[in-house]
Amino acid sequence: MTAAQILTLTIDGKHVSGLAHETLLQVALENDIAIPTLCCLEGLSNQGSCRLCMVEIAGTTKPQPACVTLIQEGMVVITQSENLRTYRRTIIELLFSERNHICAVCVANEHCELQTLARDLGVDHISFPGRYPALPVDASHDRFVLDHNRCILCTRCVRVCAEIEGAHTWDIQGRGIRSLITADFNSPWGQSTTCTSCGKCVQVCPTGALFEKGRSVAEMLKKRPSLPYLVSNRTREQQ
Amino acid sequence: MEQQITIEPVTRIEGHAKISLFLNDSGQVADARFQVTQIRGFEKFVEGRPFFEMPSLTARTCGICPVSHELASAKACDQLLAVTIPETAKNLRRLLNWGQLIQSHALSFFYLSAPDLLLGMDHPPETRHFLGIAAQDPQFARDGIRLRQFGQQVIERLAGRRIHPSWVVPGGVNTPLSEETRTDLLNDIPEVKNLALSHLQRFKQSLEQYQEYIEHFACFPSLYLALTNDANTLEHYDGRLRIIDQQGTLLKDSSSPTEYASWIGEAIEPWSYLKFPYYVPHGYPDGMYRVGPLARLNIAARCGTELADRELDAFRALQAGPIQSSFHYHYARLIEILYAVEMIENLLSDPAITDQRVRATAGVNNTEAVGMMEAPRGTLIHHYKVSNDGLIQWANLIIATGHNNLAMHRGILQAAQRYLGHGELHEGLLNRIEAVIRAFDPCLACSTHAVGHMPLDVQLIGPDGTRLKHIRR
Repeated sequence: MTAAQILTLTIDGKHVSGLAHETLLQVALENDIAIPTLCCLEGLSNQGSCRLCMVEIAGTTKPQPACVTLIQEGMVVITQSENLRTYRRTIIELLFSERNHICAVCVANEHCELQTLARDLGVDHISFPGRYPALPVDASHDRFVLDHNRCILCTRCVRVCAEIEGAHTWDIQGRGIRSLITADFNSPWGQSTTCTSCGKCVQVCPTGALFEKGRSVAEMLKKRPSLPYLVSNRTREQQ
Repeated sequence: MEQQITIEPVTRIEGHAKISLFLNDSGQVADARFQVTQIRGFEKFVEGRPFFEMPSLTARTCGICPVSHELASAKACDQLLAVTIPETAKNLRRLLNWGQLIQSHALSFFYLSAPDLLLGMDHPPETRHFLGIAAQDPQFARDGIRLRQFGQQVIERLAGRRIHPSWVVPGGVNTPLSEETRTDLLNDIPEVKNLALSHLQRFKQSLEQYQEYIEHFACFPSLYLALTNDANTLEHYDGRLRIIDQQGTLLKDSSSPTEYASWIGEAIEPWSYLKFPYYVPHGYPDGMYRVGPLARLNIAARCGTELADRELDAFRALQAGPIQSSFHYHYARLIEILYAVEMIENLLSDPAITDQRVRATAGVNNTEAVGMMEAPRGTLIHHYKVSNDGLIQWANLIIATGHNNLAMHRGILQAAQRYLGHGELHEGLLNRIEAVIRAFDPCLACSTHAVGHMPLDVQLIGPDGTRLKHIRR
């Protein structure tokens, strides 16, 4: 077994080091350097889709997503700049304008990662016109509800269901702006033959898109499962 | 020559409205229209939403009485769950409602109507407002603020915030009352009870000087509608819907909430977004009825608390049978404030109010339900139909101000015939018409389910339809 290669780099002027297989986001977090994220969740594969973790790397012209960029020897990285803050605020504004995010009457009000990020990034208004799409709510499941109006398509639910639970009930249907989370082959969730009703998707959802039935406004406090712990136990069992 | 006077903005009513007065050939006011000029469409956009959202979603109809919408909605949702909610939860909801009743009534009387009463209808409009009161009678203003503050604090201490709390949920409330909050609120009672009593006495002593307004501010016989309970005492949260006629004779005592639709009709006029509810057996518009504090005191046999009952006796002595003048909405409001303070004290004095069981849980067990309660301005009805999954398919909301629409029209006509049509239209006369509307304390924002502050137009229209005069402010 070969020792893991240790690389050194600079993040926000701080000299740090990490293993060669680590991402910029991992190394930043290990060194208490905060980078905003939304689609990323420890224990799940990273897909780099929300683009909130974009950072500037010396020698490259375009910002790179920290969650899927591996560290390199001698890298010089900036995680906070006016440009990056503008990008991040714009991403949040676009997410809000894309669907019907009505925080005041949302089950996840005050417990929502999108709302928290908006607050942290100083998003106090949306400069894009809202699309206000007419989207359904799927309340066919006995215990849970899917509200497409609050979904940001981060795919945490898809990944946790496929990678941790192994059911792969959730997927994405449609393309581009018409993309929607879908159960099985576009079935009502309550009729899904693959769903185990484990509820992991609900707990990892960063917004009020997936919630427990019977929760009223501001009552959906998500209990994040320790995914690395689940992965570790299941891997051990398989061995 | 057509004269146009613009007075803008109109203050001291809630919502947007326009008044048109129609003259006959002899120049007398023949008809009046109170036109509410915008819509919000809550009934439509709640469709498709989970019913668990409804108490908080419909609360956004209003910033003054969100608690009323939360309670009417939650009561409907309780029925969708088919549960009997814990007694403590019911009493906590009652406390919340009385807190709101106090703050809303204090707002109506001390902030919105007192400038007319204390400073005078013809007082210059530049200072005919609450700050004008504060300059002339600072203690009166302070007392009004304190009473409203107490009502708001009841809401805040129970529900976590003063406006749009999300504490009321289908099945009950989401947190019990702490012993500390119970003690804090009880400590405030003696002070606010004294304030309520002293301003009631002051108002009663001043009644003689308002005789002109008592006789001409929507003073006519009508039907009255309110909730009532088995003991026939003043009821704001629960009970049956009852309607009485102008002599006080019982016309209808509803046994089932869903029955309302068979005897309350909602007429629509093309010139207003505010519907015109009427008592179906009497037809439209003869089925005019009034709701709110005046109707509640006309319908209840007694209040059920010592001080308020004593005041109710004096109120009843004003007239044989139901009190007819809408000016006495003010009087009724002050009695209700006193009653609410006494009831808050009664409920908080029982240690059971801090019981920890405050919520019943269940799934969808009914697909149609009606929730009714008495909002500060009158009976509030929320009627929902949901899918088997609990998504709203249809909603009908009848708001207190809507019930009073026909009576407000009639009141404006009565005041206009008294004060206009004989010469120059001037601001003081216009203010008398506004004061009639204020007596009802309408919330147009609620009742058209509208937003914003309220430009009030008055148009004087000749028999040929031409606009003779226009006052806007």
